[in-house]
Amino acid sequence: MIGILSYIVFFTTVASILAIAVLGLNLQWGNTGLFNGGVVAFFGAGAYGTLLLGGTPQPDHIAGFELFYPIALIGGMAVAGILAWLVGILTLKMRHDYLAISTFGVAVAFENLMRNAEWLGGGAKGLRGFERPFRESLGDGFLYNLIFLIVVLLCLLGTYRFLETLVSSPFGRQLRAIREDEKAARSLGKSPARIRLTAFVTGSVIMGLAGGLYGTFYAFVSPQDVLPTLTFQIWAMLIVGGAGNNKGAVLGAFLIWAAWTFSGWALSRFAPVEAQLYTGSIQYVLIGLVIVTMLLWRPQGLLPERLVVSQSGLS
Amino acid sequence: MIQHLLDGILVGSILSLGAIGLTMVMHILRFANFSHAELLSIGAYVALVFDKMFKVTMPLMANEIGPLSMTWALILSIIVSMVFTAASAVLFDRLVFRRVREKGEELSMVFASFGLSLIVRNLIGLIFGLSTKLYSKDIVFATVLSRDPLLVVKLDQLATFTITLVLMLVIHIVLSRTTFGYSLRAVGENPELAQVNGINLQRTLIVVWIIGGGLAAVAGVFYGLNNQINPMIGRDLVLPVFAATIVGGIGSVYGALLGGIIVGLASNLALSILPSGYSPSVPFIIILAVLLIRPNGLFGEARA
Repeated sequence: MIGILSYIVFFTTVASILAIAVLGLNLQWGNTGLFNGGVVAFFGAGAYGTLLLGGTPQPDHIAGFELFYPIALIGGMAVAGILAWLVGILTLKMRHDYLAISTFGVAVAFENLMRNAEWLGGGAKGLRGFERPFRESLGDGFLYNLIFLIVVLLCLLGTYRFLETLVSSPFGRQLRAIREDEKAARSLGKSPARIRLTAFVTGSVIMGLAGGLYGTFYAFVSPQDVLPTLTFQIWAMLIVGGAGNNKGAVLGAFLIWAAWTFSGWALSRFAPVEAQLYTGSIQYVLIGLVIVTMLLWRPQGLLPERLVVSQSGLS
Repeated sequence: MIQHLLDGILVGSILSLGAIGLTMVMHILRFANFSHAELLSIGAYVALVFDKMFKVTMPLMANEIGPLSMTWALILSIIVSMVFTAASAVLFDRLVFRRVREKGEELSMVFASFGLSLIVRNLIGLIFGLSTKLYSKDIVFATVLSRDPLLVVKLDQLATFTITLVLMLVIHIVLSRTTFGYSLRAVGENPELAQVNGINLQRTLIVVWIIGGGLAAVAGVFYGLNNQINPMIGRDLVLPVFAATIVGGIGSVYGALLGGIIVGLASNLALSILPSGYSPSVPFIIILAVLLIRPNGLFGEARA
């Protein structure tokens, strides 16, 4: 019983962390129409940033500033934000394919840097030396994981509330205005490049938060955690759930993560031994099929965006 | 140093072939097609299958051409592979891209291309296995061009480079001398106006996919010949090929030609200053440099 319960806690924690990242992507893609091909770079920047700032000193790399945990987490989010700002300032003025290619490139380069630069992120061995906060008083067991889940759920709720408020604010209307008709928005005196950059950085900071929580949960991060696969999973979550709808984003995160873990379990349980090597390939084909079929069959997702007409003078 | 330059040009010309089709599609359909590099992978594997088949059924074809490790069987396989790959490019458009376009979800095309590339790449892995393959198991010795400075080149590389140059010349003639070349440019400039003037958009698009797929097949086989064949070819080449289109300017075929060679050169020269582990990042650094210095590339025009 406790086994099932602790598995549910584990599953919900990871799914909620991913849901936060999907919410960040939803601000970029769903509300603003910005294609981010390198979600994992910003997620990874948050994870590496948090663990580097909050970890204990290690002999072979620069880790270990031993900052108070919430400050380390905010620092990780800031690292993701700075990275997004750098990419955004170079690409957001160009036509949209430049952003797609550059963000994809940033993810490749990030993983490549973390794999090779041992002084920075510990190289292929990963980043060690991080202690989960409050471990002395809470221990390593079920209680810790339960409390951590509550913290993650609070972060998810906070992000959700923040985005709902943001999207219904005048800023949110600007985002949709630019997405729908950039020229019209510009004629009204809006600055599309600046507003896009703000949305892109904000979304990436949210992905950084998800990455920071993910790194904290495992107290470890390695180049294996920042492979492009994660980007594809997070997209699939948003497309299935419904781009432009924050409830859909969270729903998609839980559905796809459940499908992913279930298919992994089913393949390892029922597939013949000689096919085990290929379970990864089968799962990738499935995630590709999910993305393509959703786009063909129901591009608006399970919970479509509710389009609102905002008109002055109408109550 | 000169060796790096030489290798860079030889590798770069392969990237150029891959980038031509990509830049045309990106120009006309206005989306970054992340599945284009999978066409190189398809091309390499189709040629591998037919190469084996031709060698078994027609033993005479298995003889090597002069001093090359290439055989007539492989040359014939390349042609078959061009047809196959071009057909798959058209098929992908029919099955996925055209339907997404018709739904009016043009921004979603990038997503669709990513999904498609995941499917293709991993199906190739499932069908052919994840291990690396080679067209010929013979060890190819490099020919020494000069001893001081030491310059070596594989004759295969020179042969692939020559074929690449010939193909580029053909493309140039088609684009600058034929009605199709004109209609292609017209569609790129203004699709509506081109249609008003009696250009069949669908047909032009199919020809673009055919050219792109055919050239990608050749690039894939040459890449496999000079390196090795594995299901990750598409993943490894997607960024270099994109870098080539951005350097040249999206939409410019000549830009793609030059861009490929510049990316090949830069990647090889980078190896003399950076540890080789960083080579996957080099195309990204090139993209950043272009965006900083000349955002629209060498031959590109600003376009919203």
